[in-house]
Amino acid sequence: MELLSGGDILIRALKDAGVKDVWGYPGGAALHIYDALYRQDDVFHILVRHEQAAVHAADGFSRATGEVGTALVTSGPGATNAITGIATAYMDSIPMVVISGQVPLSKIGQDAFQETDMVGVSRPIVKHSFLVTRAEDIAETIAKAYYIAATGRPGPVVVDIPKDVTDPSYKVAYEWPTETKMRSYQPTDKGHRGQIKRAVKTLLGAKRPVIYTGGGIVIDNAAEHLIALARKLNFPVTNTLMGLGGYPGTDRQYLGMLGMHGTYEANTAMHHADVIFAVGARFDDRVTNDLEKFCPHATIIHIDVDPTTVSKNIEAHIPIVGTCTSVLTEMLSIAEQLTLEPDAEALADWWQQIDQWRADKGIYTESRYEPSSGTCIKPQDVIKMLYKITEGEAIITSDVGQHQMFAAQYYLFDKPRMWINSGGLGTMGFGLPAAMGCKRAFPDTDVACVTGEGSIQMCIQELSTCTQHNLPVKIINLNNAALGMVRQWQDMNYSSRYSESVYEDSLPDFVKLAEAYGHVGMKITHLDELEEKMRECFAMKDRTVFMDICVDRSEHVYPMQVPGGSMRDLWLNKTERA
Amino acid sequence: MKRIISILLENESGALSRVVGLFSQRGYNIDTLTVAPTDDDTLSRLTLTTQGDDHMAEQIVKQLHKLIDTIKVVDLTEGAHIERELMLVKLKASDNDIRAEVKSCAEIFRGTIVDVTPNTYTVQLAGDSEKLDAFIEAVREIGIMEVVRSGVSGIARGDKFLRV
Ligand SMILES: Cc1ncc(C[n+]2csc(CCOP(=O)(O)OP(=O)(O)O)c2C)c(N)n1
Ligand SMILES: [Mg+2]
Repeated sequence: MELLSGGDILIRALKDAGVKDVWGYPGGAALHIYDALYRQDDVFHILVRHEQAAVHAADGFSRATGEVGTALVTSGPGATNAITGIATAYMDSIPMVVISGQVPLSKIGQDAFQETDMVGVSRPIVKHSFLVTRAEDIAETIAKAYYIAATGRPGPVVVDIPKDVTDPSYKVAYEWPTETKMRSYQPTDKGHRGQIKRAVKTLLGAKRPVIYTGGGIVIDNAAEHLIALARKLNFPVTNTLMGLGGYPGTDRQYLGMLGMHGTYEANTAMHHADVIFAVGARFDDRVTNDLEKFCPHATIIHIDVDPTTVSKNIEAHIPIVGTCTSVLTEMLSIAEQLTLEPDAEALADWWQQIDQWRADKGIYTESRYEPSSGTCIKPQDVIKMLYKITEGEAIITSDVGQHQMFAAQYYLFDKPRMWINSGGLGTMGFGLPAAMGCKRAFPDTDVACVTGEGSIQMCIQELSTCTQHNLPVKIINLNNAALGMVRQWQDMNYSSRYSESVYEDSLPDFVKLAEAYGHVGMKITHLDELEEKMRECFAMKDRTVFMDICVDRSEHVYPMQVPGGSMRDLWLNKTERA
Repeated sequence: MKRIISILLENESGALSRVVGLFSQRGYNIDTLTVAPTDDDTLSRLTLTTQGDDHMAEQIVKQLHKLIDTIKVVDLTEGAHIERELMLVKLKASDNDIRAEVKSCAEIFRGTIVDVTPNTYTVQLAGDSEKLDAFIEAVREIGIMEVVRSGVSGIARGDKFLRV
């Protein structure tokens, strides 16, 4: 058998785990690993400019492909810089492995230079973590890490490796485990058949049903199963922020996003529903509004792969633990066997009611916001333009704030894995590095990062990574010269006292900044230039382009749920309430 | 309501801190916690007691189960079970009357005196938590110097058992 050092074993194990790209940043405790990387061609390393970005890029790669992303950082500050990225992935159940260098075993606990208890610091934000103490254990640990990250409810796994474990002078036999089995970890797959049958019967008896789906549909590649079932039943479907693209955004049965900034039609339908069929969603507080007032008439069917999610916030009447794909497949086959049909008459009434809501106050009716004119460009119109020019085919990453909500509302995603955002943690700075991960995965697809001048500055250094590694992403900066979402809350709850949400003319010239990194910069201040410039931007296939678009500062995101209310209690604009 | 939960855990570094961390992270309290390897030294057996309604207990059990190192979790509260706790109490006992009183108390509670000095008696007592509480009340007047309790260990009654 071949004898290899710990560093070489690690890289070889990554290769055997199917890893092609590692996003990372070197440092003392990781140098043996970096030397091993240098001496091979199987695993490619992409040098970022900040460890947070390495993790977000691996995360973006994972969200776009469904594969496990990989990041590599050094001990101490490298490891702590990765924390925000790990927490972001954890909240959205993204499969990822983060490898961190650690001080040598003999120095652990001595407050050594660049020592941080990475396993301890990351503990509450990882699916699992390992501290590897012997070179002999590296291969098996890596196999386990990828297995755990990808299966069940996916999530980030940290592998912390002390420097002496990768020492080049200590060589051991390399063996990649043929099978990974853990007696303590056996994720559930198939749901309970009896429960599934009950669920199907309940669905078939529903008069005012809503299918409410989340990120689970995307993560589990269950979009086709969902579409098949929804079409068969002719039920309306709404997606969470994380679930966008899980059901086609342009489909007639689609009600738009639900929740805090969800559509009037989706939120109102939820409120009046008699059966709510939740799949791969978790009744997050940004969806439900006040739990006491949540959907008072509904029987709730809840499918999730994670038992802790079922009945955590809202008690499910029919809980089913299993993967979305396996449970939906089984439901379809049961529905086919049963002679029952959905209640066509009741559904016709329900659809009539829903179409009425859509026509009255639906998000895609003309009057939802004042139209753009001249130098007053509405952020919503920028997103609509983006949709038009990319023909709905781009991968859209986003940062966090108003721009994120506008993108979620106005870009219609027909396919999963096209909408990449930090929904759970809401991490400003996510958009650009995530876009790099997506671009790396799909070099021939347009990748646009919808961002704000606040968020983009949290990871703007990655423009340099785009240069070095030729990642021609498009940055669509909805520049409202403010921390817009903060400002909106200050308008609504703090009598417009703009405490620290404005920059007092300190914003950089983003065009020059982009150019300084070797990219193309564009500034758009007038509606008339928007379409032409944006077409130009997307025509430059091999350039990173930064579009700095000055949008209306005073715009708010609507609809917005009224705090403490039910799903349907909404502000529809600054003065109108539903 | 008081809950008593049994866990079979991989005996690996970091496993216990994940259990303890889970409780603080999710806002649950731990009243008592005992842990030791079993006859199979790759496994640790934990017993922990906490307070919570049915919903919380269900969440705690599920959350514990979700930890990768956890092999089995049972809420013993749901069935017939045995709870035992060990206590060592050091009491001021310098004059003869008091020494006699401590002795008789210990006898009544089926405790044993395990250490004696001219000024102290140390009593060892095992039983359920209520019994240990009652003993403390009985000897409080005498003068308690120190109390050490192991926390509850629990096991199901009858044929049920927790094993890999
Ligand atoms: C790292 C981080 N810090 C703070 C926040 C709180 N926050 C949410 S939205 C927002 C404003 C974002 O401003 P910008 O990126 O310009 O977007 P806009 O809302 O103006 O579109 C802030 C500060 C956050 N989500 N993430
Ligand atoms: Mg802004």
